[in-house]
Amino acid sequence: MELALNQPAPLLKRLSWFDWLFAAVITAGGLFALSRFGEFMDVYEKAILLAAIPSLAVFGWFWKPFRALFIVVGAISLFAISQYQGTLARMEEAFFLKYLISSQAAIMWMCALFGLATLTYWGGLLARSGFTMKTGSALTWSAIAMGFTGLMVRWYESYLIGTDVGHIPVSNLYEVFVLFCLITAMMYLYYEAQYRTRQMGAFVLLVISAAVGFILWYTFDRGAHEIQPLVPALKSWWMKLHVPANFIGYGSFSLSAMLGVAYLLVQRGILASRLPKPEVIDDMMYKAIAIGFAFFTIATILGAMWAAEAWGGYWSWDPKETWALIVWLNYAAWLHIRLVKGLRGPMLAWWAVVGLFVTTFAFLGVNMFLSGLHSYGTL
Amino acid sequence: MNPSPHSFGKSLFELMSSMRFAISLLSLLAVASIIGTVLKQAEPYSNYIIQLGPFWFQVFEKLGLYDVYHAAWFLLILTFLVASVSVCIIRNAPGFARDMRSFREHVSEQSLNAFKHQHSANTTQPPEALAASTQRYLEGQGYTVKNLPRADGVLLAAKAGSWNRLGYFLAHSAIVMICIGGLMDGNLVFKAQQLLGYKKIEKRDIPQSQVPAISRLSASNPSFRGSVQIPEGSSASVAFLNVADGYLVQELPFTVALKQFRIEHYTTGQPKNFESDIEIFDHAGKKIREATIAVNHPLIHDGIAIYQASFADGGTRLAIRGWNLFAPTAASFDVTGTVHERSTLTSEAGNYTLEFIDFRPFNIENMGGETTATRDTMSVFGGSPVSDKKHLRNVGPSFQYKMRDARGQAREFSNYMLPLELEGRWYMMSGVRESPNESFRYIRMPLDADGRIDSFMRLRGALMNPALRPEIAARFARQALPQDAWNTEIEDKLKFSAAQVLALFGEGGFQTLGQSIEDKVPEAERDKAAGTYLRILELAAFEALHIANRQAGLPAPKADDVTGWLVRDSLNSISDIFVYGAPVYLQLMQYDEVKATGLQLTRSPGQNIVYFGSLLLTLGVFFMLYVRERRVWLLVKPGRALLAMSSAKHTIDFEKEFTQHAQALDTLAR
Repeated sequence: MELALNQPAPLLKRLSWFDWLFAAVITAGGLFALSRFGEFMDVYEKAILLAAIPSLAVFGWFWKPFRALFIVVGAISLFAISQYQGTLARMEEAFFLKYLISSQAAIMWMCALFGLATLTYWGGLLARSGFTMKTGSALTWSAIAMGFTGLMVRWYESYLIGTDVGHIPVSNLYEVFVLFCLITAMMYLYYEAQYRTRQMGAFVLLVISAAVGFILWYTFDRGAHEIQPLVPALKSWWMKLHVPANFIGYGSFSLSAMLGVAYLLVQRGILASRLPKPEVIDDMMYKAIAIGFAFFTIATILGAMWAAEAWGGYWSWDPKETWALIVWLNYAAWLHIRLVKGLRGPMLAWWAVVGLFVTTFAFLGVNMFLSGLHSYGTL
Repeated sequence: MNPSPHSFGKSLFELMSSMRFAISLLSLLAVASIIGTVLKQAEPYSNYIIQLGPFWFQVFEKLGLYDVYHAAWFLLILTFLVASVSVCIIRNAPGFARDMRSFREHVSEQSLNAFKHQHSANTTQPPEALAASTQRYLEGQGYTVKNLPRADGVLLAAKAGSWNRLGYFLAHSAIVMICIGGLMDGNLVFKAQQLLGYKKIEKRDIPQSQVPAISRLSASNPSFRGSVQIPEGSSASVAFLNVADGYLVQELPFTVALKQFRIEHYTTGQPKNFESDIEIFDHAGKKIREATIAVNHPLIHDGIAIYQASFADGGTRLAIRGWNLFAPTAASFDVTGTVHERSTLTSEAGNYTLEFIDFRPFNIENMGGETTATRDTMSVFGGSPVSDKKHLRNVGPSFQYKMRDARGQAREFSNYMLPLELEGRWYMMSGVRESPNESFRYIRMPLDADGRIDSFMRLRGALMNPALRPEIAARFARQALPQDAWNTEIEDKLKFSAAQVLALFGEGGFQTLGQSIEDKVPEAERDKAAGTYLRILELAAFEALHIANRQAGLPAPKADDVTGWLVRDSLNSISDIFVYGAPVYLQLMQYDEVKATGLQLTRSPGQNIVYFGSLLLTLGVFFMLYVRERRVWLLVKPGRALLAMSSAKHTIDFEKEFTQHAQALDTLAR
């Protein structure tokens, strides 16, 4: 029982050699990028790059699997870049690029792996097979690695198209949908390890599969995967902060909605013996909404600050802004009910499910049905 | 029902600070906000009338739905929300502040025993020793501990995560701050002035200098968001604020002059950057500064932020050649015009007003053409992300104008300056539409071998000239018939037919010709008749070109494919002239471009308050969600120790922590 008495050791003392290696890799990479490309960056972009170094390092220390993911994605991406030899045409000639790790190939592999992971999680859940569900986790990890590789390579490809065309791949609906899949999956995997339960994967992967379906339709029907140069309004360093922060919000709200579905099923005795106890699902749901709300708050504030620079006012009641506010109000109310009133149970689960529809409308519906300043991804 | 024991004020306070009220307000605000996203805001009122009809237009106007977010009732909801949050803070502040400091050391053993999370352990250690070791343990766990010796032993009162309560203050006062900052940047001052009759919106379309003082806001107006368009080489010392169906003139404390406006393009033709080189002068005319602003890179001068918002034509001067479309010769005349201004065309049939609307130096058009390269494997992956932009092409300048006849009827035209290649042949394109909701329908006039539309115009003139028809018909008959049929009845018949076809076509194009066939020919033979008429028309038109060239002192047209297509295309185009809706075609010959920049000028004193509020909100949210407030008590009496734990939020983490502390106590007490 001595363990219980130990004071938590200071963070730095708990770090392993791998933690330090990881931090060293990130620092080296970041500084290399700064020295090599610094002359093309403005002061804000440099600040973002420098701040990313400690942020990523600490994030890796906090969530250990991220270290391996980062290094694997980095290695594959660098390999892909080396395969290009500076010409885009290699995309259709070099074997690895053509079939595996050109951006589009990697993203399609991500889609396939997410699909497989969904089936595997469901198989594992229905067959009560721990091993199958473990395979599901492994597939999800591979999908994430492929997806991130795809985005990284896409980033590089955009510069090969033209140095003035190059930009971080979070600029249109296609790119952010990929990001959405990745962030949702990563958050789920975090909770999976945290709560030591893989059963929820079946549910969370459903929403990711829906997003994958959208990506496929968007690619094959609309050709949305084409890299387009940025419109002037998007040419800003704010994009690097605003968009990812927003998608942490969207991702975790979707995650919480799927947990809500699972909660409601368990309540009704459906799959109850196969799923975790309602209290556990409820706790996960709360945590997902809490982190989502925090990041959505930040994202909306960053968006307002960007709007002040690009559109001349921090708040214009543009449809996207207004719907972001509605989403924010929705989850603010959810948290109030839970934290102040201490309410638990099916009501909040239903609310989280409905929240997904509100969120989806803010994320997609606004682009489909409403027009405004924020129309960067039309359907 | 019992009479309320509280006074009205007290119950109002209760209501305002209640959670239910706050949640209701949040929901109400959300629903109200949706309205403004579904109904397009701040459109011209005429659009709403078309969309809603006169009755609902008025209802909606009364409800303020065209500017929901500034409607009185919307501001009222916001005010209630601010009041509710403020009252909530006032109500909870003292208690929370006390709570943050307090260790709640006056707990009795009895109440500790009643805790849901309590655990007792037997011990042989003296109370002081166990209390000391537990204190060290708790402090190691991040607790602040107070050691209180009692008559019967020792009480440890410990707390952690007090910042959670601080988070509450931060987040909720942030909401109040953000709302106040937002209100400061709203148009409340103007609304009040409007209500009291000091200010009035201007609805007339008059020069800025003529707008009366009642519709002008002084340069000291604390907050505004206006826009202004400045042509190159001009300046502005006012901005315009759009309000409802009118506008206000906002005086600026300085003058902005535009030196140059630039658009940079990507190689694909999409715009890459909009930039304005501006100069700022004080009202005495002294230059204060120069700057270049671009999208995402505003200039802040004297507390006013100047943004690159849009661009437009600033009055490009156009040199135009006008072609009379119904004249019997290829007659042209010269006109000059300036975008945003008017010119008058005089003719016997009455005068026409030309209203020049716009000039565009670039037009990126989709010229069709499928990707031919097959991308075997890549197609499985959706194809290459490198877009194939070969079908997009810059087709050069165009200008837009309205042509208004004496009765005030107008049509809108859009003419390209340069010819376009379609199906391997070159044409001058002119688009026409009746209303802005339609897309342009194009008439395409073929170019001759010299790359000009003169041949087309000559042919058009000849075909529309009744005096030439006998000669054309005669030439046609001679060309069509073998020599032995000349001067026979057959030739007369053919001449007659040709003259008839020419007359029908010359008066109304294929439309009239078709109508005539429908009227005279039985249904079964119409196709055949149409084929014959078309053949006659094409051959006759070739002869017409012959005559027209001769009259113009030009060599005869060659009887080749090129001329054949020229004639065919010309016939189609001439036929279209009858539905073109204007008696002249305006061909742009030269232009002297003047661009204008659209600037937005904003003074928002509330911005920093909103930003500071946002910072507090972020901190507050993190404190509230991620700092768990919890308390631990340990009552140690000789032989027995009692541990109790409480928290506002009972989460799984809390349960885990309690178990950990309980186990720790067992170990320490051993």
